Amino acid sequence: MKIAVCVNHVPDTATKIKVGPDGKKIDTIGVTYIVNPYDEYAIEEGLKLKEKISGTVYVIGLGGDSHKESLKKALAMGADEGILLKTDQDFDSVTVAKLLAEEIKSLGCEVVFTGKQSIDFDNSATGQMISEFLGFNCVSNVVSLTIENGSLEAEREIEGGREVVKTTFPAVITAQKGINEPRYASLKGIMAAKKKVITEKSVAQSTSKTKSLGLRLPAPKNPGRILGSDAEAIKELVKLLREEAKVI
Amino acid sequence: MKKAIVFLEVRESRIKKSSLEALSTALTYKGNYFDEVHAAVFCDTPPDFSTLEGNIPDSIQVYKNIEFSLYTPQAFKKELATLKSDAVETVYFFSNTALGKDLAPRVAAALNCGLAMDLTEIKLENGNFTFTRPVFAGKALEDMQLETSDKVVTLRPNVFPVKTAGASGEIKLTTTEVSNPDLSIKTSSLKKAEGMLDVSEASIIVSGGRGLKGPENYHLIESLADALGGAVGASRAVVDAGWRPHREQVGQTGKTVSPSLYVAVGISGAIQHLAGMSTSKYIVAINKDKDAPIFQMADYGITGDALELLPIFTEEVKKIKG
Ligand SMILES: Cc1cc2nc3c(=O)[nH]c(=O)nc-3n(C[C@H](O)[C@H](O)[C@H](O)COP(=O)(O)OP(=O)(O)OC[C@H]3O[C@@H](n4cnc5c(N)ncnc54)[C@H](O)[C@@H]3O)c2cc1C
Ligand SMILES: Nc1ncnc2c1ncn2[C@@H]1O[C@H](COP(=O)(O)O)[C@@H](O)[C@H]1O
Repeated sequence: MKIAVCVNHVPDTATKIKVGPDGKKIDTIGVTYIVNPYDEYAIEEGLKLKEKISGTVYVIGLGGDSHKESLKKALAMGADEGILLKTDQDFDSVTVAKLLAEEIKSLGCEVVFTGKQSIDFDNSATGQMISEFLGFNCVSNVVSLTIENGSLEAEREIEGGREVVKTTFPAVITAQKGINEPRYASLKGIMAAKKKVITEKSVAQSTSKTKSLGLRLPAPKNPGRILGSDAEAIKELVKLLREEAKVI
Repeated sequence: MKKAIVFLEVRESRIKKSSLEALSTALTYKGNYFDEVHAAVFCDTPPDFSTLEGNIPDSIQVYKNIEFSLYTPQAFKKELATLKSDAVETVYFFSNTALGKDLAPRVAAALNCGLAMDLTEIKLENGNFTFTRPVFAGKALEDMQLETSDKVVTLRPNVFPVKTAGASGEIKLTTTEVSNPDLSIKTSSLKKAEGMLDVSEASIIVSGGRGLKGPENYHLIESLADALGGAVGASRAVVDAGWRPHREQVGQTGKTVSPSLYVAVGISGAIQHLAGMSTSKYIVAINKDKDAPIFQMADYGITGDALELLPIFTEEVKKIKG
């Protein structure tokens, strides 16, 4: 089976965000980029499926040249081939999903793994839209997946519990933490990845469905009050929560 | 004609409060933007509509099928997409819940229109909506517009108010019995997590971190959460150590929350933790290190030993609530 994994390339979680000079993008000077954390679960799930039923794992990214670093990491973990849909344009999420879907279709993949969310623009949307464009089934936010005789049983996390969802191939699964423990790239894997191919493809310019007016930082919080360190301070705290904040 | 369609999420025969927030928000723009505001409900048996009091839409489309007591994405999407009918512009409103996050993108893709997820502000300026959404886990805010005539948006729960004296009038229900819904993706059952309220729905959260020393002390957090009527949260350090389940994790790779009160106990305040809770209305920190970064976020700080102070906190809360 041909398996696709969508891998995004995002600023490290420890990044302090600064707005860049154009007011629309972040200032990337000194920012380290990583594989989107949820995509590591997606890669792992793709590799597990390949080990179970055999096949090829394609990792696909849409972005600039540096996106290749994340694809390389996925190859080092064990993916077979990388594809970079190369662009310096910032597409809206619907367009990103459409471009990824077109590539997945031309590769002939029957199953797609994505992360549940990119930790840069926090959409949580791309996997579901890829499925819509491909006419595939889709379960999002999956914390447990069982594949048996071509049918899928997934548990997805919702408020206060899980939904047990049954569906069939072809399918898109968006991975949430808990679905697996992503493997580390072994030294052997890193060496092997050097020989693997990352194919670059250009994508057509397209009109965006969204217009960004700008990024700004949230208003800074006023420094709070230290009330003390003993039982009296706790009494004062409860009183303030009741009378000043009015939240209890 | 411009119209709004608000998806009302039903759990256990009740319309979710976050859906009411979405409905109330859409209704604020009736007259000054929308000509009509409609709502859509999917159910097995109709929910209690009396909670809509003060927020009555022009009509409520009720889609009924025995399967609709649980989430069936394909069927929901199909009906919602047809609702746009001949309007020149349709704006779909969802709440950014687990269900809303799953369904809204499907509708946007089906209509090939602009999508804006997890909004925290909406402004109507010169006849255009400007939407604001937190990005980079709330470390920045993006102001944006959707350039397609149809639009799909989801609103972050607990952020938009429910007006009590907004639109009144009679509730107009249009009921459709859906035959042969698409069940190619079918929710077969619900597994409820045992224990208390979920962090993403709670208006008060008490979270514990490594400062609690071990899982055996977590009952101190639970008792305080219980006394306050809130949910239990956790830092990633505590989840990684296996003291608490991941669903309780607050932060960049956990849940993003904005309760009215967030109590951080024995949590240092790493940037990834702050990202998930910085928009809380009031933040209390209890930490024995007075230089812990969490105090820079906190409205009220207590510099002391959590294990000693938590029982006192719980007692004091019980006293005033008792
Ligand atoms: C990719 C990535 C994603 C991450 N995502 C998240 C996330 O989503 N959420 C998250 O929380 N973290 C996340 N982290 C981890 C984050 O960087 C911190 O490591 C974590 O938040 C620390 O948890 P903590 O505050 O419980 O522990 P610590 O940092 O060890 O802090 C413990 C605190 O307890 C205090 N303390 C000790 N004893 C007592 C006592 N008796 N009474 C009172 N206070 C006491 C100490 O002074 C200290 O401040 C992420 C990290 C990475 C790399
Ligand atoms: N530019 C991209 N390149 C590759 N995969 C992406 C890209 N954007 C989103 N994805 C995938 O879609 C998932 C959800 O992303 P999002 O909808 O942006 O939150 C991510 O975890 C990735 O798997």
